[in-house]
Amino acid sequence: MSAIYFDNAATSWPKPEAMMRAMADFNANVGANPGRSGHRLSIEAGRIVFDARERIAVLLGAGDPCTVIFARNATEAVNTAVRGLLRPGDHVITSSMEHNSVMRPLRAAEREGVELTVVACSASGEISPADVARAVKRNTRALFVTHASNVTGTIMPVDELAAVAHERGILICVDAAQTAGSVPIEVEKTGIDMLFFTGHKSLYGPQGTGGMYIRKGLEALVAPLERGGTGSRSEFEDQPEFMPDRFESGTPNTIGIAGLGAGVEHVLSTGVETIRKKEAALTGLFMEGLRAVGGVTVYGPREALKKTAVVSFGIEGISPSDISFGLDERFNIMSRPGLHCAPSAHRTIGTFPTGTVRFSFGIFNTEEEINAALRAIEILVKENK
Amino acid sequence: MTGKPDYLIALFNSVSHVIRAERILNGQGIPHKIVPVPKHISSDCGVCIRFLPEYRDQIIQKLEGKTEIIEIREL
Ligand SMILES: Cc1ncc(COP(=O)(O)O)c(C=O)c1O
Repeated sequence: MSAIYFDNAATSWPKPEAMMRAMADFNANVGANPGRSGHRLSIEAGRIVFDARERIAVLLGAGDPCTVIFARNATEAVNTAVRGLLRPGDHVITSSMEHNSVMRPLRAAEREGVELTVVACSASGEISPADVARAVKRNTRALFVTHASNVTGTIMPVDELAAVAHERGILICVDAAQTAGSVPIEVEKTGIDMLFFTGHKSLYGPQGTGGMYIRKGLEALVAPLERGGTGSRSEFEDQPEFMPDRFESGTPNTIGIAGLGAGVEHVLSTGVETIRKKEAALTGLFMEGLRAVGGVTVYGPREALKKTAVVSFGIEGISPSDISFGLDERFNIMSRPGLHCAPSAHRTIGTFPTGTVRFSFGIFNTEEEINAALRAIEILVKENK
Repeated sequence: MTGKPDYLIALFNSVSHVIRAERILNGQGIPHKIVPVPKHISSDCGVCIRFLPEYRDQIIQKLEGKTEIIEIREL
């Protein structure tokens, strides 16, 4: 039997054919440095990068493609925001469901004099907007919150959180690593100030791509993490202040962005709503099947519509790593055990330090695969009795 | 006189802005070409957009609010 890949929340696989073709085509026929040299191949590389930028802007509901900047991954984008925006004496709020790519930069900022409040979420990973409102103080600068937990899949009420942020005059910065491409997002309609995305999960691009949206005008308040060559204003020794060059120094990952552009095109042509429905159906099927197997605990919201295509569970008497190892060795099923880079989230749902087994589905998974996995889990449970 | 038409060029902040302008002008069917910024012009980026003077007003109008033209000059 061929491999069943249920680790799409770590990185999606397989990728669309068009994504692989775009990357091969860039290497074979374009290859140049975008925006650096003025010859036709350089301009063509510039078009490829621009098209990817524009598609992401469309996907996120941003009117101006230049409000989208590219980075190595979501982590680099979060670091840019945390380090570039927060100053000692500022207060920042986050949730207890954050991934370490948000929690660690915030903890580091805390050691440098930024005040941090972590709002506790419920055992299913849900945040209360009222708790966030209560946490706002005179010096609060921003709320950093995940759009969906990578541990439980819990989708946060971003609309309500944005309303709270606007009402209290603070910024809302959203980690969409788990949702961009699989859950509808409207940055402008919702009033999101910054949004971080990664290219290699639900956008179906390659690893090493990601970035962020910054509301027009806000960029002036965010110092870039790095400065360097941009191909623009070469006669000046100061970093350009305009977007996207302010945050894009050095030769970009053009081949990766070529793949990302094709991945996003695949998402746009399939439709985020269609993807969401398909993934919710698979998730629902899996959760229902799991509940029918005795001795399995499923974490997070019970309804597939309240979460992304991520399911965390545990089996009484077997450690998560033994479950994942057994599924891999004997059934060719790829899952992810442990803490998923989110210790605070596991503390919140009561699974720290053991962790859980996480299954995460993508657009290429099928009902047959889910059913095969349920049979495998049933066998593991029976053997353990 | 060289007999060549007297082109104008539009300068932009960076290649992202040039490509955005190109996409918009393509969509509107306004003739133009991306060319390297001539050496004698102090440049903000490696490429600019060249067009015939008769399209000047149309180009300004179509790019208005979408991508900022830094300057329009004679070539
Ligand atoms: C919720 C969440 N935020 C941030 C990240 C970081 O993404 P990346 O590793 O691509 O920077 C991930 C995934 O690893 C994630 O699941």
